[in-house]
Amino acid sequence: MTTTYAPVGGLGADEPRARFYDLVAAEWIKLRSLRSTWIAYGATFLAVIAFNAGTAYDTYNYWPERSAADRADYVRAGIPLQEAFTANSAMVMMLALGAIGALAIIGEYSTGTIRTTFAAVPDRRSVMAAKTVVVTAVATVFGSIVAVASFGLTQAILDGRDAGISMSYPGALRVVMASALLAPVCAVVGMAIGSVIRHTSATMIAAVAVILVLPIVFTEGRHWSAVAGHATLYQAWLRLVEVDPRQTDFPWTTGGAWTVYAVWALTAAVLAVTSAQRRDQ
Amino acid sequence: MVRLRAGSPTGTVVPVIEVNELTKRYGGTTAVKDLTFTVRPGLITGFLGPNGAGKSTTLRMILGLHEPTSGTVTVDGRSFRDRPRGLRLVGSLLDAHDVHGGRSAVAQLSALARSNRIPQRRVEEVLREVGLAEVARRRIGGFSLGMKQRLGIASALLGDPPVLLFDEPLNGLDPEGVKWVRDLFRRLAAEGRTVFVSSHLMSEMEHTADQLIVIGRGELIAAESLTEFSARGTGQSVTVCTPAAAALRNLLTAEGAAVDTAGDLLAVTGVTAVRIGEIAMEHRIPLHHLSTRSASLEEAFMELTADSVQYLAGDPQ
Repeated sequence: MTTTYAPVGGLGADEPRARFYDLVAAEWIKLRSLRSTWIAYGATFLAVIAFNAGTAYDTYNYWPERSAADRADYVRAGIPLQEAFTANSAMVMMLALGAIGALAIIGEYSTGTIRTTFAAVPDRRSVMAAKTVVVTAVATVFGSIVAVASFGLTQAILDGRDAGISMSYPGALRVVMASALLAPVCAVVGMAIGSVIRHTSATMIAAVAVILVLPIVFTEGRHWSAVAGHATLYQAWLRLVEVDPRQTDFPWTTGGAWTVYAVWALTAAVLAVTSAQRRDQ
Repeated sequence: MVRLRAGSPTGTVVPVIEVNELTKRYGGTTAVKDLTFTVRPGLITGFLGPNGAGKSTTLRMILGLHEPTSGTVTVDGRSFRDRPRGLRLVGSLLDAHDVHGGRSAVAQLSALARSNRIPQRRVEEVLREVGLAEVARRRIGGFSLGMKQRLGIASALLGDPPVLLFDEPLNGLDPEGVKWVRDLFRRLAAEGRTVFVSSHLMSEMEHTADQLIVIGRGELIAAESLTEFSARGTGQSVTVCTPAAAALRNLLTAEGAAVDTAGDLLAVTGVTAVRIGEIAMEHRIPLHHLSTRSASLEEAFMELTADSVQYLAGDPQ
């Protein structure tokens, strides 16, 4: 039987060459068309800024109660840099970005959208790669904005007591960059966990365990424990924002900490891209 | 309205779906077993079977979403999974709920169109075609099932594909919607496309399909035209109304017929209406009513799949 098919929508029978860029554009449409994306990023931005600015404001408020020696030593001890991005806000941002990254893929699995997606683009790896690119790019922009805004705002508050520093201060740029990049690394880790587990609640529990619990469990007490701890993202961030590293039994370099960032990001990206390949959807 | 353009260049696509000895097992459960059939262009092919017969599993394997345990399935001679993009070859609606409720219809379709390099104007076109242009910017979460079905049909039409798959597309549609979908399917088939529509209700297919593929418990029961299928019906039963029901009953039973009596009424199988009339005449039995009733397609379907219905209501377990 040779029924011929005539295309009617004017698209023509010749299929254009598949381009990766189109998948990235499609994933961007999906991400930006969800109101929850903007709410999640907005709420995280406010929380991080509030934690940092609050700490700086506290310093500002209690400044008159400090001794003259304490005040003189304040900048030299690197405390303004610690306040530029506090450990609390780093933890909040890590958890929030892990959840946002996970939801980028869980949202598709839990609603069944993934089937619509893969029926439209059977090349699953390319879809997942495009999604990873979009999630990483958006989180990088977010991290940069929130880190720079935090730095500017906290130092402006501290300037009121002549205790603020500028971006050219030694180590300042590293603090901003380490904090900014923490956002995309956590987002892609969250996405990887979501891609592998595919269920909302289990993914969230796993993300909290990886992001929050592991770095607390592994302490500096023994060598193996210290090494395991250094391999966690939170401790890597702590190392990168430390202006004057305390002498510990197991010191490590900032190069090592950057490597930890890179290994987490790459491993997570590989997991996210390959996880859907062999499974029934 | 999209119309057939006379003299438009025809593609090289041979939009045939070929399913060959397809088997799918999930753990110890066999969902589809040794299924072989072909779906051809230019016709509406109905895919029938009771709930749990393996229709959705088969459709998912055609789309490469589920990997067959053994056997092959191809569209236009190739496994769908091996293609980089799908919408210009196969448009599908598997489950109207497979969308994110937080998005608008236009965002959902725009993302799909973009991923397959389909121009944005097609999004507006298909939304108009399915009658969702007015609500295109509203969140899908607020849509009724019928509206979601229309949106799913819009996604299937987006790439103007030669092959269309629909899993239970009539669920949730109002009568006007059902008629619209039937007309749409007919037009799509008339345009030379392959239209494959699943349903668990024979009555839905009776007025829609040209060809039928019937499965039960994952196995092929029939693959033939609607006409051939209806000829399978158990035959005819004759309804008779007579004041002398008992007398006629005895005569007919002696003639080898099976008779059910209810008051004045007899339901007779195994003897034609003509013969019943003659017998009544010979024995001077007055008849108030005599008519032949053909078994409906629904009955043919029920009978064929009776052995393979998985969830039977009122069946003591």
